[in-house]
Amino acid sequence: MNLELSGSVLRGEFALELQLTVSAGQTLALVGPNGAGKSTCLSVCAGLLALARGHLVVGGRVLDAPAQGVFVPPEARRIGWLPQQPLLFPHRTVQDNVAYGPLARGVPAAAARVRAEQWLERVGLAGYGPRRPHELSGGQAQRAALARTLAAEPEVLLLDEPLAAVDASARRELRALLHEHLGAFAGPRLLVTHDAVDAFVLAERIAVLEAGRVVQIGTAAELGSAPRSRYVADLVGLNFVVGAVHDSVFTAASGATLVVATAIEGAAVATVHPRAIALFRSRPDGSPRNVWQAPVLAIEAVPEANRVRLGGPLPLVAEVTPAAILALGLAVGAVVWVALKATEVQVAPA
Amino acid sequence: MRPLRSLWLGVPAGAAALLFGLPVLGLCLRAPWGELVGLLAQPAVAEALWLSLLSSGGATVLAVALGLPTAAWLASGQSRLRTLVRLLVLLPIVLPPIVGGVALLAAFGRAGVVGGWLAAAGVVLPFTTLATVVAAAYMGMPFFVLGAEAGLRSFDARYGEVAATLGAGPWRRFWTVTIPLVWPSLRTGALLCWARALGEYCATQTFAGNLAGTTRTMPLLCGVAMENDPGRAVALSLILAVVSLVVLFAVRRGLEVGR
Repeated sequence: MNLELSGSVLRGEFALELQLTVSAGQTLALVGPNGAGKSTCLSVCAGLLALARGHLVVGGRVLDAPAQGVFVPPEARRIGWLPQQPLLFPHRTVQDNVAYGPLARGVPAAAARVRAEQWLERVGLAGYGPRRPHELSGGQAQRAALARTLAAEPEVLLLDEPLAAVDASARRELRALLHEHLGAFAGPRLLVTHDAVDAFVLAERIAVLEAGRVVQIGTAAELGSAPRSRYVADLVGLNFVVGAVHDSVFTAASGATLVVATAIEGAAVATVHPRAIALFRSRPDGSPRNVWQAPVLAIEAVPEANRVRLGGPLPLVAEVTPAAILALGLAVGAVVWVALKATEVQVAPA
Repeated sequence: MRPLRSLWLGVPAGAAALLFGLPVLGLCLRAPWGELVGLLAQPAVAEALWLSLLSSGGATVLAVALGLPTAAWLASGQSRLRTLVRLLVLLPIVLPPIVGGVALLAAFGRAGVVGGWLAAAGVVLPFTTLATVVAAAYMGMPFFVLGAEAGLRSFDARYGEVAATLGAGPWRRFWTVTIPLVWPSLRTGALLCWARALGEYCATQTFAGNLAGTTRTMPLLCGVAMENDPGRAVALSLILAVVSLVVLFAVRRGLEVGR
């Protein structure tokens, strides 16, 4: 079952051009600046907003095609939508919230309650059924909302910045929970996020929206190697290394190590902005905790700068100005000294 | 500064307390308490009380049945037609009740705009019990529409959107999400409507007349008593006040759902 969206939608003066496909079992992250049209894209998929032109097809079934006069209302679509705010119905208990979808689909009340209880258990909220939504913390409410969405047994999952409304302490657990449930979900998944790490960890592919257009779509590596805009270069062009942290030392899968400044222990992802990596012709003096030598594999032009692709056990990308390329005499095959401050490595639990 | 400020606020507040408190006190002190139960046993009083409950209850049911769809439509957007309809529906609030009664008669009376057709169809409204319901609904419904529209306008439509993606159709969303979430506004609106309908006097007398056993509700009975037996009027007023307070509190309690 694939989701295929192609067409345009009008929001007041704002026209949004959308062109994307997501296959079954795949997560596509939608990233982009505020107001780029990410949430609007989800609204179109959910059927809360109609296409002005084009079509939306899920698993061969046409859901929205104005030219053919087809518009399937949201209640007949089986597309799960997890909005930014949990939006639990305040007048119902947590269990009745989760049972809402099954009941609306005609599941008998007793069976719907059982299913709700099972889903609450799966998101780690066993026993919270009789509570009212206002008695839950932000993270718990978002989990209950996830359970409610999944209990309706959707064919497609739409997640709109599911971690945005949650405080930092709950974010880690919730991210792990999302990772688990996204992995177990068989249909196409769309995830709107602001956070590059969420996009890297939770999604296979990333679509970048800017001013109502999909400017680029591909894997993190594809986007990072040839960013088509400054925004892509900054957000998705981050260096991204999977590994584990022990005692403030991050060890990459390749065995290379980085000194980092974090209290996190265990499996983690390290992200480094290309501009945080400094290149030198000879071994630099001073305080950087991480200094090593690496060969230059490639030099690529990105908007307003150059990116230097480095080889070795830590294949990072550094960003330097064209003037620095000249000053350093950088060329493919040259060996440079690389310096990276411990504080410039962002570490997040994987 | 301080004593002066307390004086500034205290004097008008005290005057207001007297203005609102003294009538209640007067009613309590002047009422023939011993005769209240006896009064209730009088057929004329029992009949009037029953008619009052019937017409105010019927008016509230009518106001909700017609007012809820009206409020939902008014809340669903902005347009000139909506502004006009809102103005017409809210007019009875500012209209002197006598004008309301005359206007109803001009519309539904025997010589009224549609009264002739209604009579030809066998429906005679003026001077019937049904007319007391219509008059009370005319005067009370604006309060319900006002409350319901305000509630529906402040309703967060995203709850409905979530319900839709969970598989709920429009009717299911309306009954399981919209209505429960705007319930406090609906309840308050309905209670204000009922209270206004219960106290309805002038429009009822003008449109429905003052016929014992058919259209003579408690306020009309009070009015009649006022002319020849003021003591009886005080007792009847007290009964009306007690009944309205008891019903208000009972209904408030009974309608406290989901809180």
